[in-house]
Amino acid sequence: MKDRGYYGNYGGAFLPEVLVATFDELEVEFEKIKNDPSFWKEYEALMSSYSCRPTPLTFAGNLTQKFEGAKIYIKREDLNHTGAHKANNVMGQGLLVKQMGKKRVIAETGAGQHGVATATMAAKFGFDCTIYMGEKDVHRQRPNVFWMEQLGAAVVPVRDGTRILKDAINEAFRDWVTNMDTTHYVLGTACGPHPFPEMVSYFQSIIGKEARQQILDVEGKLPKRVYACVGGGSNALGIFSGFFNDPVELVGVEAGGKGVNSGMHASRLCSKDASTGIAQGYKTYFLQDDDGQMKETHSISAGLDYVGVSPILSHMHDQGKARFESATDTQVVAALKLTMQKEGIIPALESSHAFAQAFKEAPSLSKEDVIIINQSGRGDKDIFTIADAVDDPKWKEFIIGKAEEYNA
Amino acid sequence: MLESYIKERRKTKDILLMTHIVIGYPSFEASHEIVKQMVEAGVDLMELQIPFSEPMADGPVILKANQNAIEKGSTVKKCFEFAQRVSKEFPLPFLFMSYANILYKYGMEQFSDKMAQINLKGAIVPDLPPEEGEDYIRAMKKNNLNPIYIFSPETSDERLAYLSSFASGFVYCLARKGVTGKQTAFSDDLSAYLSRCKKATNLPLAVGFGVKEKVDVDYLKGKADIAVIGSQTIRLVEEKGAVATGDFIRSIL
Repeated sequence: MKDRGYYGNYGGAFLPEVLVATFDELEVEFEKIKNDPSFWKEYEALMSSYSCRPTPLTFAGNLTQKFEGAKIYIKREDLNHTGAHKANNVMGQGLLVKQMGKKRVIAETGAGQHGVATATMAAKFGFDCTIYMGEKDVHRQRPNVFWMEQLGAAVVPVRDGTRILKDAINEAFRDWVTNMDTTHYVLGTACGPHPFPEMVSYFQSIIGKEARQQILDVEGKLPKRVYACVGGGSNALGIFSGFFNDPVELVGVEAGGKGVNSGMHASRLCSKDASTGIAQGYKTYFLQDDDGQMKETHSISAGLDYVGVSPILSHMHDQGKARFESATDTQVVAALKLTMQKEGIIPALESSHAFAQAFKEAPSLSKEDVIIINQSGRGDKDIFTIADAVDDPKWKEFIIGKAEEYNA
Repeated sequence: MLESYIKERRKTKDILLMTHIVIGYPSFEASHEIVKQMVEAGVDLMELQIPFSEPMADGPVILKANQNAIEKGSTVKKCFEFAQRVSKEFPLPFLFMSYANILYKYGMEQFSDKMAQINLKGAIVPDLPPEEGEDYIRAMKKNNLNPIYIFSPETSDERLAYLSSFASGFVYCLARKGVTGKQTAFSDDLSAYLSRCKKATNLPLAVGFGVKEKVDVDYLKGKADIAVIGSQTIRLVEEKGAVATGDFIRSIL
């Protein structure tokens, strides 16, 4: 591998020897599509006919009025086919798999959005598909498990470790080191060994390209700030990349869980609990102890509940090229409720982190300012978690009734 | 030196045996008993694995052992103390096996200095290829320690040569793709691959992944210098306890 994919001190390819040849091949194939001008056209055509690209940029008039500050726009990645920005990466990698001639795809999933997107892509392109998902996430994201299985994928619950996203990634790697001849691992975020961070960001950059043009078209100027939630970091890098060369403040919002000082969160870049380490094939900030053992993370949203973060974002953090904040579980649910009631839009719990932070800051900005929130996904998948969070009695009644029907 | 120890030992034995433990699994006392049993049964080298929470290259058996050891308090400090104790007590070369982050967090140089201090001979770090291992290699060299490199059946001849240029002590050849503790077919393919490995290095060859019974060890005679037994002894300890390991080793030699 010629280029080891470093972003400052972060990134690299800490690979077990058995995967080196596979990554060499992947790097070569990715270089090919990157340098082929017709590829991006093919990709855009696929995304416009199969997904809903370009996704709209929605002016949130009622929220803007409520906060009496900056004009709030929402980039609607929730309107992608399968309901999240994950489709951008997955369809891109699907084209790559076709080019490589492999017949099977595997993926990890946390919230289940990446798993559903991968299962969808596999169905469309005719690949076999296995999805690894932490057992804890299987429980909290049951509707997505249902859809993955209906789409023809095998969903393997991972019972090792903390039984969430990072453990699903480990298990996917274990599958890959055995089956790399036939199989491509569709990593879902801008993490892992090179070239994944670069490749996933490349496919997700479609978000930022569109958003920049859209805001210029409608407002005639650039936004003051752009907000995105940060789990692994792919939706954030997707929208941020459109504004890398602009005087725009980029704000990444991590899972504050029960608070950044509670030890129950997944804030790698904005808490004091993380330090540089090497795991899952790359170097970045990890939530780990002094020995280098990874810690348990917590978030109301399965998709942000991850111990590491994109090396590209770690580098931007150190260089001050993006600001990182956190939103707690409680703030996130409040932001979600408000967005539903004011705009008739249901953001995913992950995306609601970006909304929560934007709502904290919007009132102190001027009415001349414009901000964009990246709504990475839609919230219907979270119906069980949200119903619990808002403690809806009618929903409980329905579930109890449904259970009785099955028991009858 | 490790290489000359192996070559010397091979003059009287058709094949040497390297075994593996996860330090602190199922307990520190049991780990000590396993080492004692194995040494007395005639093992030639031992890998002491410092547990890591994300052991990417390990299969279910060793993965579970890693997690259990960490939960029971197998810290890096305690692993060093354990390694120091056994290397004082038993006259054979001990190596560390762990993942890059354990060394990185400790400091590559400090880790290697400490290894030299307690008389360990080398380390196997499966997720630290030479391209990422500059500091590690420098520190190991400074202390005359052996960074053990891994060959896989997927490795090209060109890369075998590249890896050989960093290797010392011996080379660890994976018998197959995949993770530890799964079935391996001891076949002509393996034999062809091992002759490819032999061409790439003058160092002794160890073969591991899926070696679990006498026939496997016998198959490797004449094709490799060291047979590596990993997951199988952990399974045995789980089923029959630490005291069963000595007889098991005697039965496969």
